[in-house]
Amino acid sequence: MSLHTAISQEGSTTIPESTVIPNGSGAAAILSAGVGSFAVALFSIIADKSTYVKNLLVFYKPTGPLSGVTTTAILLWLAVWVILEWRWRTRTIALARINIVAFVLLGLSLLLTFPPVAELF
Amino acid sequence: MEITTRSLWTLIHGMGFGALYLLAGSGAIATLYAQYSTNSRSQSFQGKDRLLAFYLTAMAALAWLTVLTGTYIIYPWYRAPAPAGTASLAAFPRALLLSNPATSRWHSVGMEWKEHVAWLVPIAITMAAAIAIKYGRALKLHPQLRSALHVFLVASLVAAGIAGFFGAMLNKNAPVEGGQTVHLVQGEKP
Repeated sequence: MSLHTAISQEGSTTIPESTVIPNGSGAAAILSAGVGSFAVALFSIIADKSTYVKNLLVFYKPTGPLSGVTTTAILLWLAVWVILEWRWRTRTIALARINIVAFVLLGLSLLLTFPPVAELF
Repeated sequence: MEITTRSLWTLIHGMGFGALYLLAGSGAIATLYAQYSTNSRSQSFQGKDRLLAFYLTAMAALAWLTVLTGTYIIYPWYRAPAPAGTASLAAFPRALLLSNPATSRWHSVGMEWKEHVAWLVPIAITMAAAIAIKYGRALKLHPQLRSALHVFLVASLVAAGIAGFFGAMLNKNAPVEGGQTVHLVQGEKP
């Protein structure tokens, strides 16, 4: 059995081809992290604007709606991650596009959690 | 020398888990760059990928411990409403900050941003750790995965920095105090 190898650009490190894993799992983790981050920001804005949602998101009274905002966002992130991992784990994905979407979602989540920006909605 | 239990928890949350995360963050970025850079001439690659995976996993544990202690132990003390007619608001940090226009923005901007932005950190670093564990040294062959790790790591440091800065400023303006007093060292008589 011949040993195929993939050689990195500078040729200093030789990595057996058997260790080259499709990027689907990585893409699933990256996109779901973007979605989860954005969900934190989105749910916090919705809870701030709607008294009904705010009360609905009080999962733990001493912490208030923050408990529901974060728990729901984390559950959504994990659910998206599991689903994407299941669908993409053996596939090679166009990662450049996935990265752009994830970076935009991450940037928006940093921006939208900033109260003066969140208050614009 | 003594400290209250609430102050102790604040120290554990901020100076312990949070500060350790920030300290570890720059090391993770440097390690990721040095290990997988196309200019890297490292020959002893095996083992380093495991170290990076372990390092990022430890950072993820720190991030989770920081947000969980902050949200479920300290934040309830911070936001507890003051009973009507309370003369001193010292034990009610949120109410204390909001009672003065000079400090109210520390709550409405500082705490409101901190309590949400901090949760981006465990999401980002857990993703980074999972990818490092899954791909190991094969990351060398996935430059776009590495780019994503760099961006999410930097974003997690920015978010942790924001949370840490406002945490320190909030504790300076309205410290979370109370609970039992823990005697650390017995003082000498004057």
